Amino acid sequence: MSVNLLAIFYLISGVLFILALRGLSSPETSRRGNLFGILGMIIAITVTFLSIENFSTGFIYVLIFLLAGGSIGAFIAYKIPMTAMPELVAGFHSLVGLAAVFVAISAFLNPQVFNLGSPGNIKVSSLIEMSIGAAVGAITFSGSVIAFLKLRGIMSGSPITFKGQHYINLLLGLTIIVLIFYLCRTQSDSIFWRIIEISFLLGLLLIIPIGGADMPVVISMLNSYSGWAAAGIGFTLENTALIITGALVGSSGAILSYIMCKGMNRSFFNVILGGFGATNSTLKNNKKTKPVKSGNAEDAAYLMKNASSVIIVPGYGMAVAQAQHVVREMADVLKKNGVKVTYAVHPVAGRMPGHMNVLLAEANVPYDEVFEQENINNDFASTDVAFVIGANDVTNPVAKTDPQSPIYGMPILDVEKSKSVLFVKRSLSPGYAGIDNELFYRDNTLMLFADAKKMTEEIVKNLN
Amino acid sequence: MEIDPFIFRFSIFILSIFVGYYVVWSVTPSLHTPLMSVTNAISSVIIVGAIIAGLSGDIKNIFETSNIFGFLAIFLAAINIFGGFLVTQRMLQMYKKKKKNK
Repeated sequence: MSVNLLAIFYLISGVLFILALRGLSSPETSRRGNLFGILGMIIAITVTFLSIENFSTGFIYVLIFLLAGGSIGAFIAYKIPMTAMPELVAGFHSLVGLAAVFVAISAFLNPQVFNLGSPGNIKVSSLIEMSIGAAVGAITFSGSVIAFLKLRGIMSGSPITFKGQHYINLLLGLTIIVLIFYLCRTQSDSIFWRIIEISFLLGLLLIIPIGGADMPVVISMLNSYSGWAAAGIGFTLENTALIITGALVGSSGAILSYIMCKGMNRSFFNVILGGFGATNSTLKNNKKTKPVKSGNAEDAAYLMKNASSVIIVPGYGMAVAQAQHVVREMADVLKKNGVKVTYAVHPVAGRMPGHMNVLLAEANVPYDEVFEQENINNDFASTDVAFVIGANDVTNPVAKTDPQSPIYGMPILDVEKSKSVLFVKRSLSPGYAGIDNELFYRDNTLMLFADAKKMTEEIVKNLN
Repeated sequence: MEIDPFIFRFSIFILSIFVGYYVVWSVTPSLHTPLMSVTNAISSVIIVGAIIAGLSGDIKNIFETSNIFGFLAIFLAAINIFGGFLVTQRMLQMYKKKKKNK
């Protein structure tokens, strides 16, 4: 196959990938979009095989590794519970990163195959491209591994901070740049390995200071990095499909990070520098014993049965308790009783962008009952009951009233405006930001102290 | 004087960033999780580089270090491709509209 024809096919793959993302503009077109993506991938892989003239025995090994990886991937895709989606995505990011590193290593050790020169005499532009690809890939890998461990709960979600942390990271970053410069001058193997090692270390150090609830930003950021790494390798391999994809994924992740930061009213740097939640908790934890109204499932059922409209506000707690199915059951019973039920999702609810939407979809909640913050916030004032399950900071009115508060300015769901608020929560403990939620002490708030799933099950029993 | 091919690729890169920017802003927020899993899958198109690396050389040096790294990269990228597309498909199947009154 001629080089030009090959390039045209890669371009077609790239276009199909664009259409795959375009499909996600609505759930109806999304499934077709995903098929476009699969088609693009099949084209890219097929023409790559066809482009190689002498099929060596390597072909068998390529096929074996392809099928082995593919079956593991397929197995994971079918088995993974929806609640584990954030850590799955983090895990996948780490694989893209590591694959980028490996391809860069291959290209460095055997540059003839890619027409980049010969070992010890690689084109300078290719060296820069492949070391950027390898460095970003390595950062993506180790960063994603940390994110995975934190999301999975293997590592504590609380930020790990130490003095001079940011200076060390800065220094490591500069070292990588200097080493790339020297690599171009000396073509030395050992410098290439050092670049990769330092990048692994940097990825690790970048993510450890960032706390659990800031993970939506971290995952989006790593998503973006994996794209830039792919683009770097794309330049090395002179492959249009990779360059287009890398750019798409890179900007996609960047936009998601921006949306997540905006949802918390914090700057990107504020999130990335980390340490949020660790310092504030001691500062604001001097809560006095204020009177709290607490109730049981019977009270909650009575309130909701007699309401004409209920808005359900899910948060991370619902995911942890796996309560999404029973929440939908509750909504079904309420609807049968003529109550209007809708769901309100805050952009940063959960541990990754769109986390709550996926869980609700899994529980068969129709997506046209689930609303984004800006589309539903005005409805709270005319709603009888807001049922908050597993969310906390995103409902805290302090974000509007107290300029001293660390979450001041964060756009919140106006839960407080509804006639009564039901709060399913294990205890009065403050949320991630370490701030007391004054909503707990309001007259129209009823606290339901229990596990989210158990409490909702009880309510369903009482409704019937 | 001819234009360096790098400039062409760089142009594609920059234009793709803009395409990505506008396409991703039009993605509905409720599909942000599938967006991440599908971007994961498509960025694994890096597998084409791994295949070329893995297939290079003849029978005598099929287990050169560079081939082995190629094989490993194929393995990792394949997990991602299959896992990413299938899990996206699985998620998207779940997004259903409200049923009309029976």
